[in-house]
Amino acid sequence: MMRILRQLFRTGIMTEPFPSGAKAEIITVGAKLEEAIRRRFRRSLTIREVDAGSCNGCELEIHALNNPLYNCERFGIHFTASPRFADILLVTGPVSRNMEIAVRRTWMATPPPKFVIAVGDCGADGGIFGESYASLGGVAKVLPVDLIIRGCPPTPLALLRGILELVEKE
Amino acid sequence: MKSLQALLQELLRTDEAGAPGSYPTSVPLYPVTDKQFKEAARALQLAGARLAGEWATDETRYRRGFGVFACYNRNAEYLLVKLQLHEEHPTFPSLTRKFPAAWRFERQIHSFMGIVPAGHPDLRPWIKHEDWPQGAWPLRKTFDPARPMPRVPGDYQWRRVEGDGVHEIPVGPVHAGIIEPGHFRFQVVGEDILHLEEKLGYVHKGIEKRFEALSWAEGARLAGRISGDSTVAHALAYSQAVESMTECTPPDRALWLRAVMLERERIANHLGDLGAIANDAALSFLFYQFMALREQMLRTNHGLFGHRLLMDGIRPGGVAADLPPDGAQRILDEMNGLLDRFEGLVTIYDENASLDGRLRGTGILTPEQAGELGVVGLVARASGQRLDCRIQHPRPPYDRVVPEVVVLNTGDVHARGWVRIEEVRESVRLIRRLLASLPSGETAIPWTPPAPDRTGFSAVEGWRGEILCWLQSGPEREINRCMVRDPSGVNWLGLERAILGNIVPEFPLCNKSFNQSYSGHDL
Repeated sequence: MMRILRQLFRTGIMTEPFPSGAKAEIITVGAKLEEAIRRRFRRSLTIREVDAGSCNGCELEIHALNNPLYNCERFGIHFTASPRFADILLVTGPVSRNMEIAVRRTWMATPPPKFVIAVGDCGADGGIFGESYASLGGVAKVLPVDLIIRGCPPTPLALLRGILELVEKE
Repeated sequence: MKSLQALLQELLRTDEAGAPGSYPTSVPLYPVTDKQFKEAARALQLAGARLAGEWATDETRYRRGFGVFACYNRNAEYLLVKLQLHEEHPTFPSLTRKFPAAWRFERQIHSFMGIVPAGHPDLRPWIKHEDWPQGAWPLRKTFDPARPMPRVPGDYQWRRVEGDGVHEIPVGPVHAGIIEPGHFRFQVVGEDILHLEEKLGYVHKGIEKRFEALSWAEGARLAGRISGDSTVAHALAYSQAVESMTECTPPDRALWLRAVMLERERIANHLGDLGAIANDAALSFLFYQFMALREQMLRTNHGLFGHRLLMDGIRPGGVAADLPPDGAQRILDEMNGLLDRFEGLVTIYDENASLDGRLRGTGILTPEQAGELGVVGLVARASGQRLDCRIQHPRPPYDRVVPEVVVLNTGDVHARGWVRIEEVRESVRLIRRLLASLPSGETAIPWTPPAPDRTGFSAVEGWRGEILCWLQSGPEREINRCMVRDPSGVNWLGLERAILGNIVPEFPLCNKSFNQSYSGHDL
């Protein structure tokens, strides 16, 4: 226990004002995001992440949003296990044929008003997997998409920026 | 001990060493008859070989019908046994009763190539789902990949346990966390798990078929997206397989940089896994600490290699870019700081009694079971198997910068965690040695696509374990077939076994300790 406490004190607060290189920009993005979430989502924006067929690259970066350096909860963003609680579905692609039904069902289980963000180059248009017998292509082939965040995979910063864009737009 | 090659030559009464068959290949290949296919399996199993992979290829463009390959490994030896099949009603003798790993390899061959493994006890579709048309065999040349697959009514026959108080818990494909989709069907009494059956294939994107439509160069990009967390390892496996069939030897500097990337990928993933294991045992403190370390590495990756996960850094012929002039020093500095902080966390991990209580004795895969199933990588090493391609199949620089392989015998969640801890330490040591001996010179050389009818093979130790890649060129010098066997192709079997006798709430912890890929498995 002492070791844990010592480590905690030594580590201090790691959450960055913002990742190096883009500090100024992220401070603005973060502040705006927090403000928009407070105003429009009553301080809490709940996201259900859905892997519709991705290579897992996008998931790794979405995960990183929760690490202590990005700490997305400080803006009021949190990830939920159930689509029933979600405001936003963050869907990575391409949508595989074998996931199509589950993706549609997840969307149906999400109460309106709801938004869909397609994540990654594959979520945008199928990426390198294209459209085939096994891949339906981008998320928009299956769900109404409100916003696309490109990248292979998009960085945590790009993800935050995208979420802000959606929140400001709506 | 007689080599596997000598053993096969005796059995097949041939004295051609590693008979290349009808075409050149980078791994010994033995063409066999139907009967010999089975005999070879028996003999090799008795000799302690492991069935590392089994796959089929459509060779109708060469008017040879189909080929079925079985890949065996023991220590440093890999070899292939090939059975040539007629185009009409192709069947081959199933190896499932000898090698449990063949169970799913052969279901996959049956589902995707329409070749029947005679005597196979379970021909339910695998990866292919029950709502695909019966005769849809995507890996055949006659199959048009551009046509959407229609849905037909179908039912998947789950294994069921019956009896008083037995009930079933279906989980997935959409899981609770930010993870990949798959379905788990538990048969339980109270909380005790009597049986677990996995149904995967949800993220099947047609990767193997997609390769056949891409150029050899584009193939490296696709290989880097087979499993996003193993992008370096898969791109490396693909590139080495291409190089093995084009007589291309990348410059030393490129080989060293590839190894640095591979070890960085190993460290980053192990850090994430250690955090996730602690988190599933309710020690979220360590989760955030390990995640912070991981994040630091990804940022260095971005600064030095241009990509946080190192995607597209490796391609046939070499690497995409050289390190910046101060790159090696920056990595060394980073490693020093990282190891320091890591060791502090490991002490906490090791001394925490409640964590220890959750991890020890949970989800045991015994060494016997591991050997029987043929699991690979860190899962195998946590269960007493000394398997590591960096030792078994060393490609430079691993012949000179030799890794210490860590093997534990308890086979529980704790062992799978501890193997990762030791491997982080070892990878840091390797990176230091690699950078200390980093050759100067070019980082890539030009290469030309392989001639028709050649095959290439490679085995690469990614952070999860052995990745196999087998390539075959077509008559137009195109990719005729690209077979990928991710470690998950066998290790998912280990999870099904290890979970038996545990309680349902331990499943997330066990699953995390295996952390297998869905995308790499489903392809």
